[in-house]
Amino acid sequence: MSFLAKVFIYPINSLILADLVERFGHKPLTMMNQIRGKVTSLSLDSPPINITPEDPKLGLKYAAIEVPAGVRGRMALIGPLIEQTEAAIIVENPPTDFGCVGCNRTNELTKYLVRSKGVPVLEVKYPESDEEARDFVTKIVEFLESLPKEKPEEDEKAKENESAEQEDKE
Amino acid sequence: MTETKKEEITKYIVISSDKVLPSDAAMKIYESEFPVTVKETCFGLIVSGAKDDVQAVVEKIRQLDKNHIFVKDRGFPPGDERRCRASRGGGPRPGFHFLREEVQMLPAIGAALDELEAKECVIEKSKTKCRLKTSDLEKVIEEELAR
Repeated sequence: MSFLAKVFIYPINSLILADLVERFGHKPLTMMNQIRGKVTSLSLDSPPINITPEDPKLGLKYAAIEVPAGVRGRMALIGPLIEQTEAAIIVENPPTDFGCVGCNRTNELTKYLVRSKGVPVLEVKYPESDEEARDFVTKIVEFLESLPKEKPEEDEKAKENESAEQEDKE
Repeated sequence: MTETKKEEITKYIVISSDKVLPSDAAMKIYESEFPVTVKETCFGLIVSGAKDDVQAVVEKIRQLDKNHIFVKDRGFPPGDERRCRASRGGGPRPGFHFLREEVQMLPAIGAALDELEAKECVIEKSKTKCRLKTSDLEKVIEEELAR
């Protein structure tokens, strides 16, 4: 299955956003996939000790040493996703923040990093009625359809290959 | 290629449909010959297995009522001792609260997707060329003459 763009979603474990992004042919960057990598790895088997010594170091790339360990631990998982981001959908005022999205400082840092990355970002409000849900879905669909259908990196690689082939022929 | 086939993934299928029940969807998967593990839950199904098989099954189930069946990935495999409430002494498992909040919103999201689909159909129909009906032509002439 080929995806058009990697879309970061916030809340990062949202069912609605992950489904909508996948439904319209893009790849949602979600916490679940990161967690799968952690929990199905043979070396990790006993929470709460489900974090390796390498993870806080990875988190240090995004948050300073004096920042609480929880933020750095979360950023060790969320940070690599932000680096892959090609577009983002941020939902403001989600009703609940539990579990992996239960840390407000991490959420603020995540949103800041995504906004400052310079990728197309859609910011919408979490719907509370049917009419708001209609607007919510319409905005997201329009945004997803407006995303580039071909990846620029792949185009560059294709061009490089073409030029290399031409040189070979010459 | 062999690595991607061996990769095990788990997906939630959340059903918010008037036509399809979780048991119907589970029966549909049992009927199919895909070697996947299915767990029926109050909100839908948890499907686990090889990546290709799970994606094929999920697509098949989604087609039963595509605007009212929602899918997302799950990190932990079904029945995992670290998350399964059977081994944790009961209570909702971590992660269920957020899902429950979102499930309440799914009927509205599904209706919005239905409306969007209906609008697209209307636009496509209006784009297709067809012969002008005589009744329509009469109306146009009458409007022109009335000026």
